[in-house]
Amino acid sequence: MAQPIQRHLRIEPAGSWQGLQLAELWRYRELLYFFVWRDIKVRYKQTVLGALWAVIQPLAGTALFTLFFGRLGGLSRQVDGSYSLFVYVGLSLWTFYANAVALAANSLVGSSHLIAKVYFPRLLIPLAAIFSGLIDFLVAFGFLVVLMVVYRVPPSAVILTLPLFVLGTMAVAAGVGALFSALVVSYRDFRYVIGFVVQLWLFATPVLYTLDSIPTEWRVLYAANPMVGMISGFRAAVLGRPLPLDVILTSTVVAALLLTGGLRYFTSIQRRFADVI
Amino acid sequence: MSSAVAIDIAGVSKRYTIGLVERPTQFRESIASMFSAPWKRLRQLGSGRRAATDFWALRDVSFDVRIGDVVGIIGPNGAGKSTLLKVLSRITPPTSGHIDLDGRVSSLLEVGTGFHPELTGRENIFLNGAILGMYRSEIRRKFDAIVSFAELEQFIDTPVKHYSSGMSVRLAFSVAAHLEPEILIIDEVLAVGDLHFRNRCLGRMREMRGEGRTVLFVSHDLTSVRQLCNRAILLLGGGVFGEGAPDEITRRYEQMNQDPSMGAAGAADRVNPPPHYHLHRVELRNASGCITRSFDAGDVMEIHLWSCGRAPADSFTAEFKLYNDSDEMISFGSANPVRDTYFQSSQQHFICRLGPLPLTEGAYSLSFTVRVWNQPRWDFWEKAIGFDIERCDLFKTGHGVSSLHDGDFVIPQEWLAGD
Repeated sequence: MAQPIQRHLRIEPAGSWQGLQLAELWRYRELLYFFVWRDIKVRYKQTVLGALWAVIQPLAGTALFTLFFGRLGGLSRQVDGSYSLFVYVGLSLWTFYANAVALAANSLVGSSHLIAKVYFPRLLIPLAAIFSGLIDFLVAFGFLVVLMVVYRVPPSAVILTLPLFVLGTMAVAAGVGALFSALVVSYRDFRYVIGFVVQLWLFATPVLYTLDSIPTEWRVLYAANPMVGMISGFRAAVLGRPLPLDVILTSTVVAALLLTGGLRYFTSIQRRFADVI
Repeated sequence: MSSAVAIDIAGVSKRYTIGLVERPTQFRESIASMFSAPWKRLRQLGSGRRAATDFWALRDVSFDVRIGDVVGIIGPNGAGKSTLLKVLSRITPPTSGHIDLDGRVSSLLEVGTGFHPELTGRENIFLNGAILGMYRSEIRRKFDAIVSFAELEQFIDTPVKHYSSGMSVRLAFSVAAHLEPEILIIDEVLAVGDLHFRNRCLGRMREMRGEGRTVLFVSHDLTSVRQLCNRAILLLGGGVFGEGAPDEITRRYEQMNQDPSMGAAGAADRVNPPPHYHLHRVELRNASGCITRSFDAGDVMEIHLWSCGRAPADSFTAEFKLYNDSDEMISFGSANPVRDTYFQSSQQHFICRLGPLPLTEGAYSLSFTVRVWNQPRWDFWEKAIGFDIERCDLFKTGHGVSSLHDGDFVIPQEWLAGD
């Protein structure tokens, strides 16, 4: 039986590029599972509403934004169909993303005790934070299915592309989360930075307004925000609209770069975490 | 020969960079630094100058451990024992050198790492087991054994936050005891729980030795190093100062401790002991387990006492009396009736954890008694050992309180402005 711990092991100074060590991550997959399982269990212990909070969060946002942006701001005129549904679709994925990034960013510091006492691939910690948010997303998505029935939006073939955008969102969250979690270890200032970065990021992403309200000549540049492609793609998949392929392609490339960069920064300093945390 | 080596440590050094910490002594200064510090830090970042000093926790440490060896690592505080453990456990990388490990390694720097108070005992067994490197299938297989070893069958579905500290330690230890590594790296600090737990921990280590596993453990307790190990390594100042047979190495370390140039003694052996049952050795240890005679107010002191053999009866007690510099008895404590702890006649090593000490600066001494409560004492070791309170500044004001003018105790106090 394979064990998470290798037969032969050489411990060497840090500094050289260690790589992602995917094989090791794979050996530790059960620990990742346990971290995710713990986060989910603990999150809803001693809450009365439990997993219902996963729906309440995007739903309350939808109500608020429908009132202020849709009605008072007049954004609902851009949308054909229900503005509330339009916003909820975007917010359900965005909430997953925003929570995943915030949780991942603070995850290492929150687990400083583990890092000081046990070895395991440090990447498991921010990854677990992201995966644990996925359950909430599934609950929120379940409610989205209910909304689709209520608003009589039948699923089309495009919906088959939906998992790709969820995966893409996870990739962006992993890149940004890994980057920020590592930064927070050395500079606690980034704890405060991440809060308003995510807040501003919402407005730079077509969650509350349509992609079409961006002038065509700016579209590609706008899609350099990788969440633009993920949110608009996800929404097109759910509502059965044509996929904005130009935007999705640009965002995917940026997402891949972000993921690589974030993981690379993380792995380059992860062995020093115990010394500075 | 090389095939029989389980751990090969080759020229391992570890450097820590310690930031320059400026301690504001006045409140006014600390407020001022609150505003000026960020600029100062930014300036330092900008200029690329490191306002820091280097500290070598390990210097060129080399030794190897053969399969089946039980090696004890001893040394005073700051010798690099913990750093070596951390490097071996891959928690922190070495600055230079390398280590080869052959075999399935488990390292245990504390028990119960990752325990979550909101989760039940059952859930924590799985979580903690996974953190220590067990597979789910393995934990499931050992689950019943773990629960019954911890004697927690009834409470296994209760959240750990409702456990007593003893119960959670038992559960944590039980998980750790069911690890089956080929190489175990262990910090013996975790064995300084209550006596029962400590004995169990040592018993389990004895078993592992019998099973032919390789064990490397850091210890403050020279007696257990002598009992358990077939080799000992003495670290000093980050380097290997001596290695060899446990008896020889521990003796060398003890002599070092008695040599005033290496640190004032905090241990005493009985001179002219009585012929009957008696206490023969006492050690005073600080919170990090180091033998010392100097403490600060607020410190916890651990008094270790050893007797010469079996006690004449079961359920006996050990007592101390504390004297100030003018030989007045100022305090008393006992295993029972004060703390309801009863020792069995086979017990020969007693630990009293005393503190936080509320004493003022000055010299104090201790006398010890063993007996069954309310019966004639078996042994009275008068003025067995002395110790000093170097600094009494419990409220961190910068003002010391001395026993010369201000009495022997400081009682926790708060002063408020009334109407």
